Amino acid sequence: MTDLRLEQEEIEISKKDKLTKYKEKGLKIFFLLNGILAIIVLAGIFYLLLSEGLPTFEEVSIREFFTSFRWNPTSRNPGYGILSLVISTLAVTIGALLFSVPVGIAAAAYLAEVARPKEREILKPVIEILASIPSVVIGFLGIVLLGPIIARTFGLSNGLNVINGSILLGVMALPTIISISEDAISAVPKEYKEASLALGTNRWHTLVKVTIPAALSGITAAIMLGMGRAIGETMAVLMATGNAPAVPRSIFSSIRTMTATIAIELGEVPFNTTHYHSLFAIGAVLFVMTFLVNLVSDLVLHKYGEGE
Amino acid sequence: MINLFSKKAVVLLVMLLTFSLIAVGCGGGDEVTGNIEVRGSDTMVNLGQSLAEAYMEEQTGVAVSVTGGGSGTGIAALIDDRVDIANVSRAMSESEIEQANNNNVDPFEVVIGMDGLAVFANQDLGIEELTMDEVGAIFRGEITNWSEVGGPDAEISMYGRQSNSGTYVFFRDNVLGDDFSDDVRRMNGTAQIVEGVRSDNRAIGYGGIGYTVDSNNEVEDGLTVISIALDEDSEYATPLEPENVETGEYPIARPLYNYFNGQPEGAQLDYIEFILSEAGQEVAVSTGFYPVSPEYQEFNAEQLQ
Repeated sequence: MTDLRLEQEEIEISKKDKLTKYKEKGLKIFFLLNGILAIIVLAGIFYLLLSEGLPTFEEVSIREFFTSFRWNPTSRNPGYGILSLVISTLAVTIGALLFSVPVGIAAAAYLAEVARPKEREILKPVIEILASIPSVVIGFLGIVLLGPIIARTFGLSNGLNVINGSILLGVMALPTIISISEDAISAVPKEYKEASLALGTNRWHTLVKVTIPAALSGITAAIMLGMGRAIGETMAVLMATGNAPAVPRSIFSSIRTMTATIAIELGEVPFNTTHYHSLFAIGAVLFVMTFLVNLVSDLVLHKYGEGE
Repeated sequence: MINLFSKKAVVLLVMLLTFSLIAVGCGGGDEVTGNIEVRGSDTMVNLGQSLAEAYMEEQTGVAVSVTGGGSGTGIAALIDDRVDIANVSRAMSESEIEQANNNNVDPFEVVIGMDGLAVFANQDLGIEELTMDEVGAIFRGEITNWSEVGGPDAEISMYGRQSNSGTYVFFRDNVLGDDFSDDVRRMNGTAQIVEGVRSDNRAIGYGGIGYTVDSNNEVEDGLTVISIALDEDSEYATPLEPENVETGEYPIARPLYNYFNGQPEGAQLDYIEFILSEAGQEVAVSTGFYPVSPEYQEFNAEQLQ
């Protein structure tokens, strides 16, 4: 009697096992599909950019597109050169990094190594909130606050220029750079620091000569991600850089970035004209640029993951 | 339980039917009904909205919605047949009409008012008069220092609209005759140009006259609206005197257009007739524009026959 019952229980358990197995398989497929979805979306976007962007080159030579400084598609003698737009984008991006990298790494080092737990508890969320400020708001600050300050400081007639855009983008890239660098610095094994301190160095020396170099690959990845953010940002630069499509002559020139050009002009172009396609071509170039930056940061991060 | 539920459902259904019958009954008058969607010129947004409001007070059965974005935006929407009316502050180009025809859209042109374009500079510069040639040369980038036109020795800082703006195209075609200098800042709207010129003591900009004056028709602080002469032998005329624009003495005036897809009918016809009526033209004047000139009145009459 008891034997029979045991047997039945066993059968039930094996049935349950089978069910959980199916369930597990189903869930696995579900998650796999979700994972693949991201790839499909990415591939779809790239396909769209290419298929809409490539017809540009039926009327514009590739050489003109990449080497001419003249972007004026609505002129009677249209020009489709994106070089000055690319240079403008790179100018504000590099400017943003010059500002945000030192500040970001210093802040991350402070958070990871110097700050007391209480201070960190307050500072970290505040920095994260900085990331959630809409870029329109930051752009507006660029017009009404930063612009006049820059104009007064440098004796210019106005402050809608490369520096303004750079500082705004720097502020926007800061949260990314700080939080990833902080993770990297915190992840440096305690033994490194202890060894250094045991050899008689002070904390500053340990931080600069041991901890930060050990975390360098993580910090590099943080910088690259911040750079990706800066290249792709649209609204703040559109509002604060003045949008003059000339090649920047100095850091006080008004410039127009690739993203701003797309944002400004996509609303006006009639469907399927060369101008329309050329904006998608700019989008594709931008996509490749940010993709490369992200790829490099990923490779660096990967290396850093292995090193641990 | 089930019984009760179905009773409730029946009551609800009856109520719904009654309401819908009432609603249908309301719509069934002799009045013109319909929705009209208007999009285009930022210069004309205020004008369009005031016209729509005045019209909807008279014709309660028609809903008119007006949005901006720039003349180019309106034209692009008309070409793609996404709006009923495009507000455009310049004439459509031949290539645009061709593109529209390719999309089975037949642009139909009506002039609904006139606009004088003001050229204005920062007050500190002390510049009050320029010829058309000088204005053109400044924005083409040929004159780059204020001392060349009688001002202080300072680099000229230029503000203008983005290329989707009808003001941009009109100014380029009628004042510059060639492309804008790449150093002109492309601002989002005329209000931003005014703001930029006020705060930049070497600046010059252009835009609808309505934007340069406040609600009391006084020129905004920090701006000088420049008097323009057609050439060196002509008189300088200021756009601040309405007669100068109406008589054509002020040289930078332009017609404002509405484009339809084909000859307007029904609600659209009723709307355009209202705009061209005395009441509609009064609305145009009260928002800082000018009535349709006799020359264009004739054109409209011919079009709408």
